[in-house]
Amino acid sequence: MLLTLLAAAGLALLKVRNLFAVVMLAGIYSLLSAGLFTVMDAVDVAFTEAAVGAGISTVLFLGALALCGHHENKPGHTPLLPLVVVLLTGGALVWGTMDMPGFGDPANPIHHHVADHYLEESYSEIGIPNVVTSVLASYRGYDTMGETTVVFAAAVGVMILLAGRLGRRPRPEGKGGSG
Amino acid sequence: MREEVIVRVGAKVLAPFIITFGLYVHFHGDYSPGGGFQAGVILAAAIALLALVYGLDAVQRVVTPRFVRACAALGVIIFAGVGVVTMILGHNYLGYNALAHDPKHGQHYGILGVELGVLVTVFGVMVSVFYLFAGRRGRTQ
Repeated sequence: MLLTLLAAAGLALLKVRNLFAVVMLAGIYSLLSAGLFTVMDAVDVAFTEAAVGAGISTVLFLGALALCGHHENKPGHTPLLPLVVVLLTGGALVWGTMDMPGFGDPANPIHHHVADHYLEESYSEIGIPNVVTSVLASYRGYDTMGETTVVFAAAVGVMILLAGRLGRRPRPEGKGGSG
Repeated sequence: MREEVIVRVGAKVLAPFIITFGLYVHFHGDYSPGGGFQAGVILAAAIALLALVYGLDAVQRVVTPRFVRACAALGVIIFAGVGVVTMILGHNYLGYNALAHDPKHGQHYGILGVELGVLVTVFGVMVSVFYLFAGRRGRTQ
């Protein structure tokens, strides 16, 4: 049911030309994904998806919309070549999943490398009931620090792109000003 | 949106609850879904809501762009700092067992510390990016 709604939202995203509707549909898409993650018991992921995808992203998209207008222009080329590329890539990806172990199979290798240890020992080692937090902040602390640094670096990138004149004297009008 | 009374009052009532919920998500992350990242996004959403309703200038007088930029960097320093502290105490980098006599308590403090770093960075980054997008509008008009 959720997957059907997800597919419907995705197809509607492709058809609609009004960008305001596109932003709203993207938010709905994120919210549906969050619902899907909840059904699959990945509550932490669902939480993040709902907060970031449906919340902050929508606001940022709206901010971008205010700058670039509400209507998407018709593309100037025929969709034939992109369609072929997408079909080929999609086909290759589906073909690739044939080799993957069955979804949710408890005998999958991914459930037996370190997951057993985390599930059985994390409460006695870390003393925290939420295994996700134990893995995220303690067992995989280095990774999380890397992620935090990546988030920071992304913000620095956005600042350089959007606020290039920060702290400098504003240039005279009509001379390279992009804002 | 400045004249809409219901929206203004609604935002004013909601904002403290959103901020409290964000802090709950952060400090309760050990027991329930959530943690620093989600909490940072929720806090940033509260700021964005207030900015949308009351205008960017009013919010930027309270939460200045300079402050959120500093937050973005400070969070990374907090996270990395916890690792340095554990090294000074003679353990591995980010080896939280060093932080208290009982390893479990040490883990607890360490996790709270690094999650605080994540919270501060994510909050600072999200609000900074929002300010940059929303602030450009004023420049074009």
